[in-house]
Amino acid sequence: MTEDRTIKILQLYPREMNIYGDWGNVLVLKQRLKWYGYQPVVEEYNAGDEFPADVDIIVGGGGQDSGQVVIQQDLQQLAPTLQGLAEDGLPMLVICGLYQLFGRFFKTHEGALIPGIGILDMETHGGDVRLIGNVLSVSEEFGEIHGYENHSGQTFLGPGVKPLAEIRKGEGNNTKDSTEGARYKNVVASYLHGSLLPKNPAIADFLIEKAAIRKFGSFSPVPRSEEDLAELSKLSEMARQHAGQRPR
Amino acid sequence: MSSFSILVGKLVRSASKLRGGGSALPGLVVEKIDPDFIRRTLADLPLGVAVVSGTNGKTTTTKMVVELLESQGLKVFTNRTGSNFTRGVAAALLGEVNLRGHLDADIAVLELDEAHAVHFVKLIQPRYSLLLNVLRDQLDRFGEIDKTTRLLESIARATTETVVLNREDPRVAGIADSLNGQRAVYFGLDASLRSTFPNDDEMRGSLAEALAATQEADVVLERVSETDADFLVDGQVRTTGLKLRGVYNIFNAAAALAFARTIKGKNLDSDALFEALANVEPAFGRGESLTVNGQPLELVLVKNPSGFRLGLKSFAAHGYSTMIAINDNYADGRDMSWLWDVDFESLAEGGVDVVSGVRAYDMALRLKYDDVPVRTIEPDITDGLKRFIKDSPGVPMRIFCTYTAMLAVRRELSKITKVEVVS
Repeated sequence: MTEDRTIKILQLYPREMNIYGDWGNVLVLKQRLKWYGYQPVVEEYNAGDEFPADVDIIVGGGGQDSGQVVIQQDLQQLAPTLQGLAEDGLPMLVICGLYQLFGRFFKTHEGALIPGIGILDMETHGGDVRLIGNVLSVSEEFGEIHGYENHSGQTFLGPGVKPLAEIRKGEGNNTKDSTEGARYKNVVASYLHGSLLPKNPAIADFLIEKAAIRKFGSFSPVPRSEEDLAELSKLSEMARQHAGQRPR
Repeated sequence: MSSFSILVGKLVRSASKLRGGGSALPGLVVEKIDPDFIRRTLADLPLGVAVVSGTNGKTTTTKMVVELLESQGLKVFTNRTGSNFTRGVAAALLGEVNLRGHLDADIAVLELDEAHAVHFVKLIQPRYSLLLNVLRDQLDRFGEIDKTTRLLESIARATTETVVLNREDPRVAGIADSLNGQRAVYFGLDASLRSTFPNDDEMRGSLAEALAATQEADVVLERVSETDADFLVDGQVRTTGLKLRGVYNIFNAAAALAFARTIKGKNLDSDALFEALANVEPAFGRGESLTVNGQPLELVLVKNPSGFRLGLKSFAAHGYSTMIAINDNYADGRDMSWLWDVDFESLAEGGVDVVSGVRAYDMALRLKYDDVPVRTIEPDITDGLKRFIKDSPGVPMRIFCTYTAMLAVRRELSKITKVEVVS
């Protein structure tokens, strides 16, 4: 009998919440898992679907404000499931729109309250400026994080979560403090699309490692493609260096 | 006053041409000294003003509309230089008007950038407008594509007679609901082609859901091949050979046909219309074919995931050397994440010869994750292009490039080969 090495990646709401390359994050996880000798399985969850069993990593992306409105009711129904998985240490990556909805609420600029699912102790307020541009931030856990932000919501973290990183260029969570993103258990949340994982493979590897440990008890890469991984790490580093020099 | 400002404008125009300067400066000067110049000059045209807008394909579509209307015997004024802001229109007008400010034309067909069109239509209400699409290559300008939709909506609402809409783009088709009395006319695709043109909501390929067409379309693109296409018009299928390449251009041909038919109305010479369409050459940098070292070289402009996907689908990868040049300057869009919504697997077999541009490494990284081999990474476009041509002896070449990368490639190519220059 061959050893089970499958890891199931679930992309949340790809139809409404995939406006800017969020698929790239899924693809990066999928390919890196393959190169580490695991068998990635990618599934999608859209509003109204049955939530699949045995999920190992969850990825959620950004959408337009109108997309958030479309999914909000379905997301509320899903809330207990996602809360349970987050508490259980399931690795999750949520970007932009879904990052906002993983908090307590998103109060729009017009004053409407879109409830979140409260996995992250934070709240988001619609602002009158849109924060758009290249971002460079620094995280103790992951080093430099490069990406691109495009949001009007301003997020304020509560004591129950830590920021993902500190901003060096750009705005991040809001225009008041210099934090970017949020960290809780194995949940990584960020405003950076860009896409986040291609240029920040340390975060991809964190999610993969946590998923493997949660499922199999250990992370045991079988690097069948050392050459691929070496080339990849060189390309990521060069892409990061170039991105870091670009104007806001 | 008007003769004076026109004279000054014409002088600045000649001076800036001598200097090799930009096309908009004379327009800027006239705007300053004679703000009513554009409105006054366009007001007397017998068929008024027709505006073409949308996020993608404006330049080629405008060129098609002009040539289609000319086939019907109309004299058409247009802003050919691609400077599609108000001052670009003023600059183009300066070249055409006589010193008394009279423009000898039946109609003005203007390509307008969606954000600038909003200001333009406040100044001059178009009689007709053609709204092509809302794709996401401008997100770093507008934040959300829903915002872009609202810009197009205000063009539609300012139009006095007829708005021609893309039935297959849900955001554009939805503009019909906001009209206040204008007539809506549609162009569309046959159901068999809808999956070929994914819109931004259907970017995750396998889940693409074809929208059921509910509106009757004036022109329907029924079939596309590399050399010709079928259009359904007045209940009849017309097969037309095309010099334009790329399926997106051919869908825009359906848009141009519907627009020209709307403007001409009765007494349309349909044979002349399709003959003109067959002869339309690609616009500046949009699927141009050049010759370098005796080999064909194609430039394919890519600005967003839908466009890049269609570009890859439109041209067989087999038998070509491939270069990709990606810049992230303001005119290209600074955000690179859209590259992750393009599927590059069709290039895996032949690989990519040269990846170039400011964001060459982002592109190379993207290709690596699709298992596409890359031979050379050279961010400098001049060096990358030289290498590409040197390494492709006896092989046709194709370059996918963002807007400013295309300008750089053209500049370098003009040193090697004859490149068509749009005046």
